[in-house]
Amino acid sequence: MKTTTESTDLRSKFAAEFEVIESGMNGGSKSHIHSIRRAAIEQFTVLGFPTIRNEEWKYTNVQSLVNRNYVLSFRHEAVLDRAAIEPFLLDSLNAYVLVFVNGFFCETLSSLPAVQGKIVVGSLAASQQAYGMVIREHFAQHADYSSDAFTALNTAFAHDGAFVWVPDGQVLDRPVHIVSVADARSSDVFAQPRHLIVLGKNSQARFVETSGTVGEHMGFQNGATEIYVGEDAVAEYYRVQDSGGQSALVNTLNVHQEQSSTFTTVTATLDGLFVRNNVNILLNGERAEAHLNGLYLPTASQHVDNHTLVDHAKPNCNSNELYKGVLDGNATGVFNGKVLVRPDAQKTNAFQSNRNVLLSETASINSKPQLEIFADDVKCSHGATIGQLDEEALFYLRARGLGEDRAKALLLYAFASDVLDTIALAPLREHLEIRVAQRLHKDF
Amino acid sequence: MNTTEEYTVDEKNGEIDILDEVTSREYQYGFVTDIEQEFAPKGLNEDIVRFISAKKEEPEFMLNWRLKAYRHWLTMKEPHWQNVQYAPIDFQDLHYYAAPKKKITLNNLDEVDPELRATFEKLGISLDEQKRLTGVAVDAVLDSVSVATTFKSKLAEKGIIFCSMSEAVKNHPELVEKYIGSVVPYTDNFYAALNSAVFSDGSFVYIPKGVRCPMELSTYFRINASNTGQFERTLIIADEDSYVSYLEGCTAPMRDEHQLHAAVVEIVAHTNAEVKYSTVQNWYPGDKDGRGGIYNFVTKRGICSGNNSKISWTQVETGSAITWKYPSVILKGDNSIGEFYSVAVTNNAQQADTGTKMIHIGKNTRSRIVSKGISAGKSQNSYRGLVRIGKRADNARNFSQCDSLLMGDKCGAHTFPYLEASNKTATVEHEATTSKIGEDILFYCNQRGISTEEAVALIVNGYCKEVMNQLPMEFAVEAQKLLAVSLEGSVG
Repeated sequence: MKTTTESTDLRSKFAAEFEVIESGMNGGSKSHIHSIRRAAIEQFTVLGFPTIRNEEWKYTNVQSLVNRNYVLSFRHEAVLDRAAIEPFLLDSLNAYVLVFVNGFFCETLSSLPAVQGKIVVGSLAASQQAYGMVIREHFAQHADYSSDAFTALNTAFAHDGAFVWVPDGQVLDRPVHIVSVADARSSDVFAQPRHLIVLGKNSQARFVETSGTVGEHMGFQNGATEIYVGEDAVAEYYRVQDSGGQSALVNTLNVHQEQSSTFTTVTATLDGLFVRNNVNILLNGERAEAHLNGLYLPTASQHVDNHTLVDHAKPNCNSNELYKGVLDGNATGVFNGKVLVRPDAQKTNAFQSNRNVLLSETASINSKPQLEIFADDVKCSHGATIGQLDEEALFYLRARGLGEDRAKALLLYAFASDVLDTIALAPLREHLEIRVAQRLHKDF
Repeated sequence: MNTTEEYTVDEKNGEIDILDEVTSREYQYGFVTDIEQEFAPKGLNEDIVRFISAKKEEPEFMLNWRLKAYRHWLTMKEPHWQNVQYAPIDFQDLHYYAAPKKKITLNNLDEVDPELRATFEKLGISLDEQKRLTGVAVDAVLDSVSVATTFKSKLAEKGIIFCSMSEAVKNHPELVEKYIGSVVPYTDNFYAALNSAVFSDGSFVYIPKGVRCPMELSTYFRINASNTGQFERTLIIADEDSYVSYLEGCTAPMRDEHQLHAAVVEIVAHTNAEVKYSTVQNWYPGDKDGRGGIYNFVTKRGICSGNNSKISWTQVETGSAITWKYPSVILKGDNSIGEFYSVAVTNNAQQADTGTKMIHIGKNTRSRIVSKGISAGKSQNSYRGLVRIGKRADNARNFSQCDSLLMGDKCGAHTFPYLEASNKTATVEHEATTSKIGEDILFYCNQRGISTEEAVALIVNGYCKEVMNQLPMEFAVEAQKLLAVSLEGSVG
């Protein structure tokens, strides 16, 4: 019972904080966005933090996480220096960098395009005035806060995050790197970055998102990203969760795809105590194509949960999904992949695969691939496996003089490569290849 | 734009015609047997539980168990997580006991009410015929009471007990007391608790050590009276080194209102024992608009309690307005094997949420799941399955395959597998596909002079063969006929 009261506490703490923020808004509380925030906090108060009785959270218990005494970060007070965020940067990307500390934009650490042309890369808070129309059209339109408590909470406190607008026919020349850091040097902190990406017709853009915690305390980030991919647009979105320490992450990606658009996302989870990744893709135009891939290598007592939803709302769309996991130590893994084919979405092709290797006695994995199909002319399949390395492959390598450990590492690396190979952004792929190799103790 | 539309409409019309023809086919088992019934008053309370127990002249322990179950049931809430929809059931508006009024002497077929026997003959399972031709021992359960058990004496020679549950309670109370509720405790779920409180009859099978049951044991269930719930309870115990194959068939008359069928089946397989349980379920599915039909909410579970034991479930589900069940196996003994083969067909407004649970506890345990779903009309067909590999289940192995076939654009097919592994030596494989019958395959058949209708039957039969092959001969024929009847013409 103790649990319930305490989590109610965090819940009421948020509600109280909301009132404080609202009263300090000075007229801004009448704005369109704020009315959405208000609806979201009301929804959150109704929903509360999910328990394992909630089917979507059956294998992931957040009770102990939400029972901590967090400092709720709703004000901009970042004092991190570049050295502190170094582990989250990827210089080889040569990207535009947007750094968010505790959910707020940190201009001194970021590097934006020298000249702002038609394309907008900046912070959501700073763009409110100039790009109000675009933001109003898309904000909270793609992330559904009616049933998901974390999205509701994020929406209620949505103040800052990345804002990228690529108008029709534009191509972003460099990738955009979004860095979300929780500054937990002095206390447990709860941050909620909110990103909005709008890609017009025939546009193109690539994104990399890295997130983690600085400091010894717990950094809980509840991030939500909305991406609108216009007609014929091509987008890639990579999430790298690799420098964690004491970090807890709920990261929800909501993608709305129009006709003939292509969207690719890869999520690589190497570090972080608690990670919950949601990807919700709505294929809302014919001939749209979505690729979702993921790799998770939890060890020690890490918990990694990947939830995906591909909603085939229109005919002739394709979706392809590959999630692979190697679990060691006391790690627990969860995969829940849902493919929904709506009644009129004929000629749908949807494929999904989840493969897992358990390395230790105490690691465990729960896999739940799901198909819900309401149209008949479809080709849908899913496969899930939990197993070990192939004995014969291992023998083959050992017969050629590799020690058992190296042979295993090599096979695991090959197993992980299937996912890494889908990363089209070469510098990122190379970086991850090295990181994964290190992680699997492969020394050449 | 217009031309395409017209074309589609034409095609659809053709399809609708065929579908109409099929859906207008009367449920051929829908007759009511006019025999006098004895009812318990409607509703449920402790007195009804006592009434049922007294009516069946049960020993004290049984009544106490029922009452405990009833009291527990009161504390439970009706579950709603399943992927089916139905109007709320009023549990106080049901008769919990309905029995043919005439006193029936068992063991002597000639004394069975002639009308009742005619019923079974209509069902195509004439007791005489069964006895003479097929050598299947049949225990027929009409509404809640077991009517006749054939071949009883012959089985008794081997020490096999095959009788109705109420007889078992009277004649073998020690076995019943030991095993009832041991696999499905009354606390298990809402409907299991309800069943435990009010179950009226069912079959009881005990195979002694080292005995291989020489014939297939079979039960026919039929709901006859209106407004009754049928709650049978089946308990099968296979002692060490024994083998038994058990068949179950179900039908019900056509009625406008929905009827509840909440049965419990428990199987215990001791060391080296093997139990094969086959079901051909053809309860009345309701009419094409979803009026009437049976709610088939059943808890079936077996436990491989000894090493090297095996439990195999095979089911062909064609009837019921709603089918909601997960025949499960708890693989407790080392090297034990669990199998689940299923064909679930839904047409018109039928709904099915069925699958299995394989709980691996012992070492080197193996399980295999083959599920074939076919949805047509406006029906919804879900597979829901759990494979759990426990910490100590070294080298556990599972293979699951679930395929769905869609016929028509108004039906749905869903798959909800749950795979949970906490042992690194586990190997779990799950595979699922959903598709319709390919135009090219139909075209190929048409080209060779096979009509579309026949081609569909051919393809569906091939599609289900893996499961049908598991059925004992007598049932395989019936099941194939059923499939053909349920699906003819539903070309997607």
